[in-house]
Amino acid sequence: MSECNISIIVNGEQHELTVEPRTLLVSALRDELGYTGANVGCETGRCGACTVRENSKTIKSCTRLAVQADGSEIETVEGIADNGDLTTLQEQFQEQHGLQCGYCTPGMLMTADTFLRENDDPTREEIREAIEGNLCRCTGYQNIVDAIEATADQLGGQR
Amino acid sequence: MSDADTNEATESATEPDGDGSGGTFGSAIKRGEDVPLLTGDGEYTDDISLRGMTHLAICRSDHAHARIESIDTSDAAAMDGVIAVYTGEDVVESGVPNTIPTAWDLPGLVQPQYRMLATDKVRYEGTGIAAVIAETPHAAHDALERITVEYEPLEHVTDPVEAVERDVPPVHDEAADNVAFDFELGEVDATDEAFADADRVASVDLRQPRIIPNAMEPRAALADWENATGKLRLWMTSQNPHLHRMLLSAGTLGLPENKIQVIAPEVGGGFGSKIYHYPDEAVTAWCSMQLGRPVKWQATRSESYLTDCHGRDHVTTGEIALDDDGTIRGVRVETHAGLGAQLSQFGTATPSYLYTTVLSGQYTIPAIHCRVIGAFTNTTPVDAYRGAGRAEGIYVIERLVDVGARELGIDPAELRRRNLVPPDEFPYESAAALVYDSGEYERAMDLALDHIDYDELRERQRELRDEDRYIGIGIGNFVESAGLSPSGLAGDLGAQAGGWESSIVRFDSTGSVTVLAGTADQGQGHRTTYAQIAAEELGLSVDDVDVVEGDTDRIPQGMGTYGSRSASVGGGSIARGAREVREKARRIAAHQLETSVDDLEFEDGEFRVTGAPDRSLHIQTIAHEAYLGHDLPEGMDPGLEETNFYDPENFTYPFGTHVAVVEVDPETGEIEIERYIAVDDCGEIINPMIVEGQVHGGIAQGIGAALYEGAVYDDNGHLQTRRMDEYAVPHSTQLPEFKTDNTVTPSPHNPIGVKGVGESATIAATPTMVSAVVDALEPFGVDHLDMPLTPESVWRATEGDQ
Repeated sequence: MSECNISIIVNGEQHELTVEPRTLLVSALRDELGYTGANVGCETGRCGACTVRENSKTIKSCTRLAVQADGSEIETVEGIADNGDLTTLQEQFQEQHGLQCGYCTPGMLMTADTFLRENDDPTREEIREAIEGNLCRCTGYQNIVDAIEATADQLGGQR
Repeated sequence: MSDADTNEATESATEPDGDGSGGTFGSAIKRGEDVPLLTGDGEYTDDISLRGMTHLAICRSDHAHARIESIDTSDAAAMDGVIAVYTGEDVVESGVPNTIPTAWDLPGLVQPQYRMLATDKVRYEGTGIAAVIAETPHAAHDALERITVEYEPLEHVTDPVEAVERDVPPVHDEAADNVAFDFELGEVDATDEAFADADRVASVDLRQPRIIPNAMEPRAALADWENATGKLRLWMTSQNPHLHRMLLSAGTLGLPENKIQVIAPEVGGGFGSKIYHYPDEAVTAWCSMQLGRPVKWQATRSESYLTDCHGRDHVTTGEIALDDDGTIRGVRVETHAGLGAQLSQFGTATPSYLYTTVLSGQYTIPAIHCRVIGAFTNTTPVDAYRGAGRAEGIYVIERLVDVGARELGIDPAELRRRNLVPPDEFPYESAAALVYDSGEYERAMDLALDHIDYDELRERQRELRDEDRYIGIGIGNFVESAGLSPSGLAGDLGAQAGGWESSIVRFDSTGSVTVLAGTADQGQGHRTTYAQIAAEELGLSVDDVDVVEGDTDRIPQGMGTYGSRSASVGGGSIARGAREVREKARRIAAHQLETSVDDLEFEDGEFRVTGAPDRSLHIQTIAHEAYLGHDLPEGMDPGLEETNFYDPENFTYPFGTHVAVVEVDPETGEIEIERYIAVDDCGEIINPMIVEGQVHGGIAQGIGAALYEGAVYDDNGHLQTRRMDEYAVPHSTQLPEFKTDNTVTPSPHNPIGVKGVGESATIAATPTMVSAVVDALEPFGVDHLDMPLTPESVWRATEGDQ
């Protein structure tokens, strides 16, 4: 099968790689570049475990071809901590017990982080709607909502 | 934990006895294991890559039932990037034992052959037929398309009642009527007498649909066979690495256990589905042994839906005999349990002992009889899913109590209250063969009902009905047999494995502590919980303790994580080991301080001479001394570690009451969950934050089963719910806010008074939700509705079409 050369920036770092046209972005990130934070849960865009940011917008990287991301700037969960320190959102996920097995967590964090940039004072209903596309089988979501709400409270519109 | 105030009850004879020194037991300590999971550094099986790694894809049957006439793999084998293609015949010819074993025998059980890859017939859609190994996942999956299989289709059956009652070709020739077992529990004569003598009988016919566990991480395996040493290293999504090692050794591969290392790295949820020895992981290992190269298999989500063991699948007729005053006189139950096409390890135990023995629920019921017909069907094997057996049994008794209350015109809370096992009757031997260890059922029920001001809400319900608004109040009382031990009892009932748990508590020579635990975590927070137990017993901080799980080469023995057993049996083992370590340290301290062990007090990790508190030694200093070995009591061996095997004397019995308030819109059939209250009693609470998390997740899965979920097979025996957009795993806007609360009734026989909490809320939530919806529909004459309670089924019920 013919292969394509693409160029993407991941968490600020430039990568050139050669992929098959059918290679999914999530596979390129995980298997070619070693960013294994984004997980594959369903391959249908339903579960959101593979959520990353492409040019500042969240996407489900299992429903995107790597070639579509050519020239894009991608952010993954590995890139959201500040110099290795947990962000307030990450801290609140730990504080509020917003994760158990952790498999959905990278996607959940990317969705929540992006949502809080758009809405810094959300209601609980708005938070639930924002994470509707990210499935979690462990927590029942309540502590995830708590974590996002607590982050918004703590940041108090600083962002 | 903001909203879980704890009502302390009876004094525990079995409290953690670290003399309050650690102060960590009972605290909502944050989970250390979260950090790598939050940064993307958590390492799941599919995150691991090895040099020279190849990729496995499995060719699966698209027929529910068919004879295999021929398999042609030549085109596939010739494709670029394909390294090898194997069929079931190749596995047979290799001479490995090739048997997926059952782990629980029952009288008269039919145990058909269960091979790693099918050779003669396929018995359910998804049966593995051939294995492709290729250089890339793409190449492996492409080659699947080029394997040609000729089938002779056979008539299939997916329903457990039809399987035994209709004249269909048997799933296995050994079981001509598709009956794998015909199981009975209880006294049939006594039960018949109770029914004949009682004032009233109420009954319900119900189905408990197949649930697909849906751990967010699909199953995966990475096998690395080392020719030079004859050793197999296998990373896999496992809830019980040692059990997998044993089954791989004795069942499928025939390697000695000491030549197999099973490693469970981070595991993304399990809920039962990662207990079992499936063909796929064995095929992965076998392929690596053929090729001498690492082989990775990663299930797609659709493969998970087709092959992960499903749960439940019961069709039941239940009857309850009552006197007019509300006294329950007896319960009679007959169930057809779908087992799927093959017997998974605990597929026999789950619908027999785990199910029938909880049919007494929280109630004093003098006579119980239950018959279970375990049926082979042309479906994915069925085994334990969160709540396993106990969930199905509590659902039946709680539905029966509700229909009984309706029959007698007694309030359902009141009928429950009149029949609860009173606190002074523990240990209580039920008519369903269990001895409940301890319970304060009414206290938990009252607490739950107080949260919703039950009597006032009933009044409000009546008023609203006059306005054509229909709210329902659901009550779910549960008791769960947890821990699945002692070993001797389990053995008497047919178990082919033990029920103990094992651990090592080890002081390192510079004073840190390593705990090696035989259980395996899939998100339950064992590393934090176990550190709290050890730290409490040893007077240390949790930061001094590191917990290791999930590696059979590092941890000598273990049974694993299932049946709500890790905190009670695994934690119990750690507490006992830590106490032995502490007592050895005490003897060293007494020797070096020149006093007797009886004259030493232990607090905050310090052994102090009574009356001379300046003469003291810290346990971490003693650890160093123990490894120096220069000045130990005469005859004492150096070192400071203990291996403990803990085999409990009984199950533990978590219990509680959940209450749901719903409003049903008869125009649309939509259900609005207005309140959800969970009062759980899991005995002593090690970490209230983690306990609450387990309850939240359990409720979510219980509500999921009641309202949304369920596997569906079509008329061709094809699984229709095979993608995440076809099977309704609840999402964030489909679940309400939960209110949790606890009572604490310690287990009298557990070393730390713990009962376990992993499955409780799933068991409770399902009957609670159905109870609530059916209660709302009382004005429409609805006594029962089968799950899932979709808007359509609710709307039909309001239209008189059940």
